[in-house]
Amino acid sequence: MKRIGSLLLVCALVIGLFTGCRSNESKSGALKVAAIETAYGAQMWQEVCKAFTEQTGIEVELTTDKNLEDVISGPMQNGEYPDVVHLATGRPAGLTEQMIKQKALYPLDKVLESTVPGENKKVSEKIAGGFTDTSLTNPYGDGKTYLAPMFYSPCGLFYNQKLFTEKGWTVPTTWEEMWELGDKAKAEGIALFTYPTAGYFDAFFFALMYSIGGAAFFDKATHYAEGIWDSAEAKTVFSILDKLASYTHEKTPAQANNQDFTKNQLMVMQNEALFMPNGTWIVGEMAQAESTLTNEFAWGMTALPAVNSNGAGYSFCWFEQAWIPAGAESKEAAEQFIAFLYSDKACEIFANTPIQSESGTTVKSNAIQPVLGIADKLEGNNKLFFSIYDNGAKAAMGGFAAFKEIPGIDISTVFFQPIDSLVAGTLTIEEYVTNIKTASDQMRANLLQ
Amino acid sequence: MRARRTAFLWLCIAPAVVLFVIFMAIPTGNVFRLSLFQRSTFQPEETFVGLQNFRTLLQDKIFIRSMQNTLLLIVAVTLFTMGGALIFAGILTGQKLRGQNFFRVVFYIPNILSVVVISGIFSAIYDVDKGLLNSILQLFGHEGILWKGEQYVIASLIIAMVWQALGYYMVMYMAAMAAVPKSLYESAALDGAGGITQFFKITVPLIWTNIRTTLTFFIISTINMAFLFVSAMTGGGPNNASNVTLLYMYNQKNLGGGYGYAMAIGVVLFLVSFGLSALVNRFTRRETPQY
Repeated sequence: MKRIGSLLLVCALVIGLFTGCRSNESKSGALKVAAIETAYGAQMWQEVCKAFTEQTGIEVELTTDKNLEDVISGPMQNGEYPDVVHLATGRPAGLTEQMIKQKALYPLDKVLESTVPGENKKVSEKIAGGFTDTSLTNPYGDGKTYLAPMFYSPCGLFYNQKLFTEKGWTVPTTWEEMWELGDKAKAEGIALFTYPTAGYFDAFFFALMYSIGGAAFFDKATHYAEGIWDSAEAKTVFSILDKLASYTHEKTPAQANNQDFTKNQLMVMQNEALFMPNGTWIVGEMAQAESTLTNEFAWGMTALPAVNSNGAGYSFCWFEQAWIPAGAESKEAAEQFIAFLYSDKACEIFANTPIQSESGTTVKSNAIQPVLGIADKLEGNNKLFFSIYDNGAKAAMGGFAAFKEIPGIDISTVFFQPIDSLVAGTLTIEEYVTNIKTASDQMRANLLQ
Repeated sequence: MRARRTAFLWLCIAPAVVLFVIFMAIPTGNVFRLSLFQRSTFQPEETFVGLQNFRTLLQDKIFIRSMQNTLLLIVAVTLFTMGGALIFAGILTGQKLRGQNFFRVVFYIPNILSVVVISGIFSAIYDVDKGLLNSILQLFGHEGILWKGEQYVIASLIIAMVWQALGYYMVMYMAAMAAVPKSLYESAALDGAGGITQFFKITVPLIWTNIRTTLTFFIISTINMAFLFVSAMTGGGPNNASNVTLLYMYNQKNLGGGYGYAMAIGVVLFLVSFGLSALVNRFTRRETPQY
């Protein structure tokens, strides 16, 4: 009896050992789509794939996951690529950046010139102006688009509108007014500024560069032009950052990690800090916390202040990207799929699929495609946020130019993470700038052409 | 007959050898080989760069900081965990305490919790305003501490890691201590030896083999646990103040220097952990007392 028992156990172990070796069975001929599951939920992707199959007859095999990189990067290393990937740059795992650096993306020119399935307009006629001219979609500056712009969201400074009404404060439009407000708030025990994690400074930094030096300075800086960090514009950028660090809530860096960042966001809602850089997803992300507040609260959003009263405020336009790996098998079907993502049908699904929020209520997915005329169809908070550009703020778009792999150096480590130390007072602005200059020289030498 | 016997023996160990070679020897060899190459994560082309990756490592400030953090965690967590586990095991086996089994279970519980749960618990404990630790400090008129700020973040990790590992090793030592004959303690007591003398002169020498083995295992496991704790609790922040080598290696694979550079970090870590274990093994060697 004992023997049979141990035999069974051994068999179970051996079988267990080989279960991991199961081959990846997939529907033959189906288009493989991999999409990251974010706050917008995964349901909308299922709906869009279904609508695509109905429209074109092409079967889709969909993979969605919150950590998509962990699911697809293993097979990708073995040469098994999805046909379409929806995954933005700026994620900690940096898979999309890797694909850009390794020039492993398939150009989307044919997609832009193709007609949207089921409609009679070209894709390029539907996508809103400027979206396919940025370094985020055309990473090599060769006039070719490699990444399709998806789900845009204006980023800016978020605040509690009710607090401003209660205190009779006005939202500052220049940095001078910002510092004045900072002193007033300080007197009442409220910090001027906080941020969720240092990574949120990307949108902030880009908008700041635009508002100080315009597109010309932004282009030079994001291509690491020689001497650019010694220019007058760069000095203004750094002096504002330095001053802002001194106005930042002291608790911020200690909570600026993936575990505790919502505590920093909560500080704005609980009137401990006035502003934080963020995106429109914040409303859904903090919906549950909103019901626990004891103070009056309503979200407000403003563009970054201008340098002086003649200047313009800028709001960075954040968007995600979809791309076709150069190693994809069904490229033609993949091109059709990307074109379909801009159809009225897909835009409608992305914006209005019901999802279950953390607090148990049903809300809309609210993923807004960058197509012309979409802002007119929005309601509520979204109308307020997405109309920021109609109210005088200018849109900042783009990002740092891609460079070849440099050991120990990446954008976040050089530009954004040190802001934690600036706030904590363990790094001086001079040291910060020196580090940027040194890294910038290497980035320039390794720019991808 | 003999030859058949030898062939049979070879046949018996063949599956284990094959598995070992495929899953251990070849990947480890590959780590060393790749550390000499420049290779991107998703492209198979490899360029031989010799020791260039290692030369870059020596000037990489974040790598040096993460290595310092790793070593600090190994030393501090090992000292506190092993020391604490020995003391508590000594108290729980030596003294006739009421509710001994209760304490044993309570100490052991953190070990069965997942690291993500533990990081959630400690996120609440370290909360600046309402956290357990700062509330106690404020009770005594102290100002709250930014536990996950640059200054204290490593201490916060040490506390969480010791809390998690203590119970497991305590139970191990308690099992070892139970095997020490009671007669030794009785005769020592007759000779006038107190509890502390008995602990250091009888208990520790007699369970020394256990302590040695656990120490070697613990050093290796701390390197892995540090990666899990840091990933879940701080992500290496603020500004790399709590970054550890394994996490840095993992991130470099994706963000910075690619596979080759990450493997060079892996080689250094492999050699350091191997060296440390060898050193510990060498310096803790004692004659096993006969009784």
